Amino acid sequence: MDSLQASFDEKIANEQRIEPKDWMPDAFRKTVLRQMSQHAHSEVIGMQPEGNWITRAPTLHRKVILLAKIQDEGGHGLYLYSAAETLGTSREEMVQALHDGKAKYASIFNYPALTWADIGMIGWLVDGAAIVNQVSLQRTSYGPYSRAMIRICKEESFHQRQGYEATMVLARGSAEQKAMAQDALDRWWWPALMMFGPHDTDSAHTGQSMKWKLKRESNDVLRQRFVDQTVPQAEFIGLKIPDPELRWNEDRGSYDFGPIDWDEFMRVIAGDGPCNRQRLAHHVRAQQDGQWVRDAMHAYETKRQAREVA
Amino acid sequence: MKQQSLPLFEIFIRSKRGLDHRHVGSLHAEDHEQALEYARDVYLRRSEGVSIWVVRSSDITASQESDVASFYDPMDDKPYRHATHYKLPKEVDNM
Repeated sequence: MDSLQASFDEKIANEQRIEPKDWMPDAFRKTVLRQMSQHAHSEVIGMQPEGNWITRAPTLHRKVILLAKIQDEGGHGLYLYSAAETLGTSREEMVQALHDGKAKYASIFNYPALTWADIGMIGWLVDGAAIVNQVSLQRTSYGPYSRAMIRICKEESFHQRQGYEATMVLARGSAEQKAMAQDALDRWWWPALMMFGPHDTDSAHTGQSMKWKLKRESNDVLRQRFVDQTVPQAEFIGLKIPDPELRWNEDRGSYDFGPIDWDEFMRVIAGDGPCNRQRLAHHVRAQQDGQWVRDAMHAYETKRQAREVA
Repeated sequence: MKQQSLPLFEIFIRSKRGLDHRHVGSLHAEDHEQALEYARDVYLRRSEGVSIWVVRSSDITASQESDVASFYDPMDDKPYRHATHYKLPKEVDNM
């Protein structure tokens, strides 16, 4: 083994972060880049299901909250793209890979936000699950990724709370409102559990990522943590988790839960979820529609520089 | 003898892997390489860091403190950006 590899291994073993200018194995670079690009795309694509409700939020208060939250997601995408760019790739390459279908984003955003209750559910469950994952990733071994996660976790603390609070208002409202909240929970619960990825035994990347300390805890450990924290929250507002096999396991000190439909997961990842084509088409269109702004800014800058020289 | 003023460089030190580089001060040098060497002598005599960034001060564009009102004012009336804005019963407050 050469000395570069040895020095890399030693840093990982000693809980040191890997920084952009350090030597790193190609496979490590590729893996962390894939993970950061996927994470960045998820933040940006994740703006769509919520953006759908800005003009239809039930009150001005809910509308400004939703705007602030979506603005955060855009910012978080930017942090992550920048962290990925420390590895020598460009924003344009990453966006192109997304448009070409070579880069993925979290499959949860391929589900539609059908009612206002879905907005509460996205905050409570989807952001809740993302936070469980991101808290763990604050200790990831790639320095820029870790720092982006710390910043994101700090800013995102309001996302889950506003979602739960909005859900609580519905659950304590009229019979129709409560039914709407329950219906949204029924539709979002399982996709939220899928956010943590395949079981540890079936996960293609987990083993190596854990060795590199890019991932600090496995998919199943994180998923269980999410279930254990969320079930009492649902009970507290009188909503029912749509899982007949869900029960407290005294011995484990955790909830047992039923089997996840991995066929559905694979189908949505492969591009056949309810909104895959729509999400991507919208992103492509937004990119194209914004081209004249970038062109105008560039033209202005060119003119300004020419004036400075003159 | 001709008086010549060397360009100013701002010095940033990463004290430990995993942390951000932080601004520690500035110094004069002929070029970036020399600024790096001076920074080592001036700011790292006691192993205060593992990495140095040097940036020409003239390359830094800064906001003005006098603009602070127009920069930050719009944020003051948005308490809903903070987690504490959302009051939850104590049974579920640990979120």
